[in-house]
Amino acid sequence: MLELRDITAGYDPAAPVVRHATLSLAPGESVGLLGPSGCGKSTLARVAALLHRPDTGTVTLDGSPVRGWRHRAPRAQRTAVGVVFQQPRLSADPRLRLTELITEPLRATHRRDEIPRRLAELAPAVGLTPDLLDRRPHEVSDGQLQRACLARALVLRPRWLVCDEMTAMLDASTTAALVAAVEDYRAATGAGLLAVGHDHVLLQRWCERTLHWNDVTRTRDPAPL
Amino acid sequence: MTDREAVLSVRGLSVRFLMPGGRRIAAVTDAHFDVAAGECLALIGESGCGKSVLASALLGLLPANARTAGEARLGDLDLLAAGERTLARTVRGRLVGLIPQSPAAHLTPVRTVCSHLRETVAALTGTRGRAALRAAAEAAAARAAFPADHLDRHPHRLSGGLAQRAATALALVGDAPLLLADEPTTGLDRDLVDPTVDELRRHVDTGRRSLLVITHDLAAARRIADRVAVMYAGRIVELTDARTFFGTPGPRHPYSRGLLEALPDRAFAPLPGMPPELGSLPRGCAFAPRCDRATDACTALPRLADGVACHHPHLPEGLRA
Repeated sequence: MLELRDITAGYDPAAPVVRHATLSLAPGESVGLLGPSGCGKSTLARVAALLHRPDTGTVTLDGSPVRGWRHRAPRAQRTAVGVVFQQPRLSADPRLRLTELITEPLRATHRRDEIPRRLAELAPAVGLTPDLLDRRPHEVSDGQLQRACLARALVLRPRWLVCDEMTAMLDASTTAALVAAVEDYRAATGAGLLAVGHDHVLLQRWCERTLHWNDVTRTRDPAPL
Repeated sequence: MTDREAVLSVRGLSVRFLMPGGRRIAAVTDAHFDVAAGECLALIGESGCGKSVLASALLGLLPANARTAGEARLGDLDLLAAGERTLARTVRGRLVGLIPQSPAAHLTPVRTVCSHLRETVAALTGTRGRAALRAAAEAAAARAAFPADHLDRHPHRLSGGLAQRAATALALVGDAPLLLADEPTTGLDRDLVDPTVDELRRHVDTGRRSLLVITHDLAAARRIADRVAVMYAGRIVELTDARTFFGTPGPRHPYSRGLLEALPDRAFAPLPGMPPELGSLPRGCAFAPRCDRATDACTALPRLADGVACHHPHLPEGLRA
């Protein structure tokens, strides 16, 4: 289970972006979270991915409570969640070739020996050809870079995937290809998925269950704006 | 085709990028199209197919290593031959309004939205005076449905949707006869796409303006466009009426059909493979390697005839088969 209970989070304690949000994912379940832009859904996704410490509330990952966030999270928890962000340009180090970008998590966790095997599996799975893998981010399109970012999220075989507006910048065909790659991975590993977005047509087609932002935060929200 | 006079008339537009080592990248090849007053043409295609380069060419915003050919007439002016002085003083903002891609990156990060609007209003309309400028900026913001209480915010404090509306407000200030919208709905909420698109459409429906929308958002294109041009690997492969394209009988080029079938409310099936590199295009039809209808004939380049550039187009009457 990935459980977020009564999460209040934001960047200014006086004015939290997310108030009292509760959300839980069963193992292997895919949940789409819909909400208008600026509502705080990306912040909640960052909390779910252990990238943002909430002001109050608890996150429970596969039974154990999360106490540390970002680099302070224990490795076992940190590597259980894979994240794909909205803007591949902002989430890819411009100095790294796509090969290095994809395999960086393996290097960071001292699993270099797995690099050739994982690369050989992942590149075709996300549709990257060998000539693209040798390039740096400025030499590929947004869609190609997002494919690499997805491969990077999958490289440690996470049990949970958080996709924050993964396809908002992409065309219809690349969107369909990336969603197919995520679903292939989930079918093979049984990973759970939290897909955050604003495109209800896409999320309803993609996910088993879709929640609206109001459903997630409605409980105990004291001050509706 | 409409009988109205074309505001923008593009003939044989090509853009090449000269790269180190003598490589040439064919970003746009031999584009022909017109946009009439009161009409909206949507240019659609996968990312990296040359759509945005085409828009930059029309505004003279290409980098120095780009070479253009052909012509793009806006009234009596050839946009491709015009000098930087003409472009800066009479074209940008005044004759062509640009709604840029990723507006958050186009707004100056150290200035507020109101400051952007005030400067643009002052430069394009000659409004003077603190109160008058503020009022004009507020009116401009309101035209693009930008909330007045966010005017004093800096770009980093805007959500993607609000940044988009700020950019739209800026583009509308000069009342230009041609609006160029580069991915106006990317990053916007689905619920916001329709109002944004309708707003753009409203500026066209006055009958004086024309709109060239560059987008990969097919739902937005469907809502706004009168005609659709599909680009693949730098070439326009299909140019047709929007109603036939999105409705029945549907598009005729196999690529256009594949794009539509990738939509989540249709088959949700990706096109196989990826678009070719613009630096090393295959001989003949660039789509042939990904096309299930390809034959030996596809090694020859198909000409755009009857609105479609394909050797084996889907026939309007044979679509049911």
